[in-house]
Amino acid sequence: MQADVFTRRRNNALIFFALLAILTAGSMIITQFNVLKGGASIAKALLWGAANFYPDAGSITKLPDILVKLWETVLMSIAATTVAAVFSLLLAVAGSRTTRIHRSFTVITRGIASFFRNVPLVAWAMILMLAFSQSSLTGFLALFFGSLGFLTRAFMETIDEVGANAVEALKSTGAAYFPVIFQAVLPASMPQVVSWLLFMVETNIRDATLVGLLTGTGIGFSFDVYYKAFNYHAASLVVLVIVITVLIVETVSNGVRRVIL
Amino acid sequence: MALLELKNVTKYYGGTTPALAEVNFSVNEGEFVAIIGASGSGKSTLLRCINRMVEITSGEISFGGVVVSKLGKKDLRQVRTKIGMIFQQFNLVDRMSVIENALHGRLGYKSTLAGVLGRYTNEEKWQALRVIQMLGLDQQVDQRCDSLSGGQKQRVGIARALVQNPKLILCDEPIASLDPRSAKIIMDHLRSICTDIGMTLVISLHQVDIALKYTDRIIGLNRGTVVFDGPPGELTSQRSAEIYAREPKDVNLDLGERNAS
Repeated sequence: MQADVFTRRRNNALIFFALLAILTAGSMIITQFNVLKGGASIAKALLWGAANFYPDAGSITKLPDILVKLWETVLMSIAATTVAAVFSLLLAVAGSRTTRIHRSFTVITRGIASFFRNVPLVAWAMILMLAFSQSSLTGFLALFFGSLGFLTRAFMETIDEVGANAVEALKSTGAAYFPVIFQAVLPASMPQVVSWLLFMVETNIRDATLVGLLTGTGIGFSFDVYYKAFNYHAASLVVLVIVITVLIVETVSNGVRRVIL
Repeated sequence: MALLELKNVTKYYGGTTPALAEVNFSVNEGEFVAIIGASGSGKSTLLRCINRMVEITSGEISFGGVVVSKLGKKDLRQVRTKIGMIFQQFNLVDRMSVIENALHGRLGYKSTLAGVLGRYTNEEKWQALRVIQMLGLDQQVDQRCDSLSGGQKQRVGIARALVQNPKLILCDEPIASLDPRSAKIIMDHLRSICTDIGMTLVISLHQVDIALKYTDRIIGLNRGTVVFDGPPGELTSQRSAEIYAREPKDVNLDLGERNAS
């Protein structure tokens, strides 16, 4: 009996890896991707990068311009994330299994969350550009929609996980719906909600670069302009500044997490 | 007059086997009643039917002369304020302090706005403090509940129930997640709440010996049916084997196991 279980587990693992190998090989054949050529190109790209893609003395003069754009981008990401978080929290409370008013709310909320999450950020930016053209509102809304989908899902699961027991207890004391939400659900889930919020801010600062590239705003646009003007030194400075910013934001939010958890 | 009366209470969770089948009993004021039975025998369901955290399928439950099963939302909340509940997993809001958790017992008496904001009168705070002192937690009043031991958490649970000024307290396996020493402290407190204050308690328990030692009356459940209802003195080992029997023919087998352990 016992030996069977182990054999079966080993066989399952073998089958899994075999399938993975077939999938990889299959897709490479269909798309005519050449591993050797791909590997060689990476090396070539790295060599080119080392030779051309670094900040030099001339590009430093562009730094004030870059920092202004960076500041804009960071603020827009934070604004988009926090506004999305407010709406997500409302949706999550309405849709979570422990706090919903009716079963149908869960289905609706999950639907909304899936829709916003599964449309890629780039697609959002392109669609919104039709309505708002190249403006920071387009970027803001693209990030807002993406975050709304993700945060709603994350908050719903958080509330389900931490809230159920305390909600039962408070309901049994005869407390009404809103006191239960404000006295049990929100206090219990707040650390994780803030943690997800910080994670989303980090992600959005990174994604804002890409969105800015498309919508012609913020730091992404600076990168685009320098890159297309063959000013690789300034473009590399932009990348460096973004990396440093994301690292700083990560450090700060890790600090905040340690304090609140 | 009986404080609590159950008539032909039946509960189906879907499927064809009832979780509770035609349960009949009444509880007088000041009684300490234990409900014993194996896991899945319907103890928790029975307790939750009394304050309608679980809706019954058929039958009638009356509490203090009011038929609970027919009440609208608002009247149901009013009845719930008079029924305290204590849980196996304590069901506290871990990130809030002892006094805040105890004061949650007052939420049922508050307007929605006062409940949302967590505004309590000085009188309520003094009452909560007195109860906390009575339960020996005066050193922990402002401590967060996640820093307490299991036994202390359960005492906070008892405080929350008492602060409600209930007529009845339901205890759902209150000592199942506690070590023997803490369990004894909790049972001693519950006993004195009954004897000294004259509170009515209905408690579900795993341990027959504790039910025998502490309570005035024992109700035995087997697969949703009441198979024993009487004072501890009448619970012979033959009768208790019937309560825990999986099938009627298993009685002798289970009796053997019980004597062996």
